[in-house]
Amino acid sequence: MDILPFIQWLEGTPGSLFIRESTLFYPLVESTHVLSLCLFLGLIAMLDLRLVGVGLRGVPVSEVAGRLLPLAFVGFALMAISGLLLFYSGPLKAFQNIFFRVKMLLIALTGLNALLFHFTIYRRVASWDQDASPPARAKLAGVLSLILWSGVVICGRMQAYNWFK
Amino acid sequence: MMLMLLATSWQPLFQWFEATTIGTIVRESLWLFPVIECVHLLALALLGGAVLVLDLRLLGFGLTAQPVASLARRMEPWLIGALITSIGTGIPMFLSEAIKCYFSPPFFFKISVLVIATIFTFTVRRRVASAEPGRIAQGLVRLTAAVSITLWFGVSFAGRWIAFY
Repeated sequence: MDILPFIQWLEGTPGSLFIRESTLFYPLVESTHVLSLCLFLGLIAMLDLRLVGVGLRGVPVSEVAGRLLPLAFVGFALMAISGLLLFYSGPLKAFQNIFFRVKMLLIALTGLNALLFHFTIYRRVASWDQDASPPARAKLAGVLSLILWSGVVICGRMQAYNWFK
Repeated sequence: MMLMLLATSWQPLFQWFEATTIGTIVRESLWLFPVIECVHLLALALLGGAVLVLDLRLLGFGLTAQPVASLARRMEPWLIGALITSIGTGIPMFLSEAIKCYFSPPFFFKISVLVIATIFTFTVRRRVASAEPGRIAQGLVRLTAAVSITLWFGVSFAGRWIAFY
């Protein structure tokens, strides 16, 4: 399956052209994308730091996850919507950018890491909920999440610099 | 004195900033600015997380089972660390394009709001968060959190706009 023709078609749609050439809408979407970074990644980072055993140490892990994740998902929704709009504003440029491709791969890996965490060690959270320093598997998930999401941010920023054009 | 400060053009000062060694090194390097920018963004996410965990709690969301004062204490090292990192990475970026910043309204807006946000956080917000529960009216507590979120979001929002205007 070749998706390039689809990307080219997308690039030519009026909506894409509108965002690309707007003086106000594009910066607005871009800053919303950056702002949702605080809400989403900031809260995810706090959960990760709890898993690693360096942040919110006295608070049960299930409480941090249960109370912060729903709020982080609001941030994720904002981030995904603004991100999609940014992609839509210049799909061809993004599609051909190495940083964009690595970023998409890293996002997939963060999802995988989160799923693995939730369906393995987190199932037994009751037995380590209060531990200031969680088990190694949970720490690993936290560290991986921090590294992968940092990679996502870095790739996202680097996408603007066309180093490998 | 104040009047003189206002009457004098700041342009020579900004030209001097731009000519500093650090400014020159960052400006002439292909990769230094993007790398510093990435660290700046990651610090922003952490800052956002540290600010939001407490502000959301003050608003009645998130870690509501935790005492406000203890949450404030736990978040403060991350807040201060992230703030120092943001400013430490922001300064070399500013120096590298000081003259561009001189002509950028979002830059002056950002710095002004940053100063206000920092002062507000370490005076009013800190006092409200460390007060005994019930001593400060609920409405005032919520107002403090709302002002804090607005100020910090204003800083990051305006920051992104330096690139556009």
